[in-house]
Amino acid sequence: MIKTDILIIGAGPTGLFTVFEAGLLKLKCHLIDALPLPGGQCSEIYPKKPIYDIPAFPEILAGDLVDNLMKQIEPFQPGFTLGERAQTIEALEDGSFIVTTSKGTKHQAPVVAIAGGLGSFEPRKPPIESIEKFEGNGVEYIIRDPEFYRSKKVVISGGGDSALDWCIFLSDVADSVTLVHRRNEFRGALDSVEKVQELKNIGKIEIITPAEVVALKGKSKVEGVVINREDQDIIVECDHFIPLFGLSPKLGPIADWGLEIEKNAIKVDNALDYQTNIPGIYAIGDVNTYPGKLKLILCGFHEATLMCQSAYKRIFPDKRFVMKYTTVGGVQGFDGSKKEAPKAVIKAII
Amino acid sequence: MIDINITVVDRQGISHEITAPTDMNMNLMEIVKSNELAPEGTIGVCGGMVMCASCQCYVDSDHQLPEISDDEDAMLSEAFNVRTTSRLGCQIQMNPGMDGLKVELAPES
Repeated sequence: MIKTDILIIGAGPTGLFTVFEAGLLKLKCHLIDALPLPGGQCSEIYPKKPIYDIPAFPEILAGDLVDNLMKQIEPFQPGFTLGERAQTIEALEDGSFIVTTSKGTKHQAPVVAIAGGLGSFEPRKPPIESIEKFEGNGVEYIIRDPEFYRSKKVVISGGGDSALDWCIFLSDVADSVTLVHRRNEFRGALDSVEKVQELKNIGKIEIITPAEVVALKGKSKVEGVVINREDQDIIVECDHFIPLFGLSPKLGPIADWGLEIEKNAIKVDNALDYQTNIPGIYAIGDVNTYPGKLKLILCGFHEATLMCQSAYKRIFPDKRFVMKYTTVGGVQGFDGSKKEAPKAVIKAII
Repeated sequence: MIDINITVVDRQGISHEITAPTDMNMNLMEIVKSNELAPEGTIGVCGGMVMCASCQCYVDSDHQLPEISDDEDAMLSEAFNVRTTSRLGCQIQMNPGMDGLKVELAPES
């Protein structure tokens, strides 16, 4: 069991900055994120895009913003559970919560801060009739272990890097690999496109374009796919169908935690502290909603700051506390590091 | 200030006549969002950076639209329920030439 003061769900900019504000109050944080790296949308969707509305940064790349935040929170030694989605929450009698991830990792904290952005990133599923029936029975959206496909017949759908890279990899493992894409052109690294072309030329993979998988064949397991190419249906026998169409964010299991949801977001009390309808659970950043809400990183930073003050009072109801400026109090890390303004030298001139 | 009138058919098939400003640097996705014609979180997910296809729509009028960029083309090549009239709403800026535009929102994916 991982124990901490504030358990943060979502390691995007708002979640990361929470660690800093909590750290100033001597509260320790642990972050959970479904993605394998911190940064949320900034890392996953637009790392190379400049952001122009971060105060005091006329321009900063989203990826650099994340790097800077990671550096800023380093002294507070946050813990990370990455690549796992927060799945369930359980309230204990002492007022704390246990959050369990999709992989079964358990975390306990008196305060939970949901900074989940638009939700956890999940594979986009093509609109093929009864595809759900075959999930886990020949339809996989994520390749976890390539060996699983050894000597199997595989059909991959998609036209991006992920589809190309897995085609190349599985061409050495699987019995056969067929790549289906709606266009003749592929959008991926030039190296990958050329390699796929080469593998096609030597007959190691088959490419069917411009085409789409429109139906699945099989009783309980996938036995084949129906591919529509220029209004003609082709049936390709296979053991696995792997659609690789990227990720899209979904609120996911958090929607079932008993929190008040409005417009696909979690309702919070913005007049006070961004707490949800469940005391001890806060929602900050893009994941929350309140009258006048704006989904901006800078608003997430503000919400995180106020939320931490409230969390402190919840954890230490009897302690008196007053907010200190970092210019006065400096930053004292949990790692023993200390940053503070240099003292003025007072010396008489004789 | 010049306002234009456009028609948006939502995902339930209901047609809405909307007045859209042309002097606020707004695109079609933002007009749809501001009129709440699709639930929050199901349209404009990437904020209009051409990095998702949640604002895909079918253009049902013969307006002169901006050319499809490589980015938009790439997104549409991997979107679902794509038709020959598909465009991303975030790439259609509201200007006086768009008066009378008629679009239908593609299903959520």
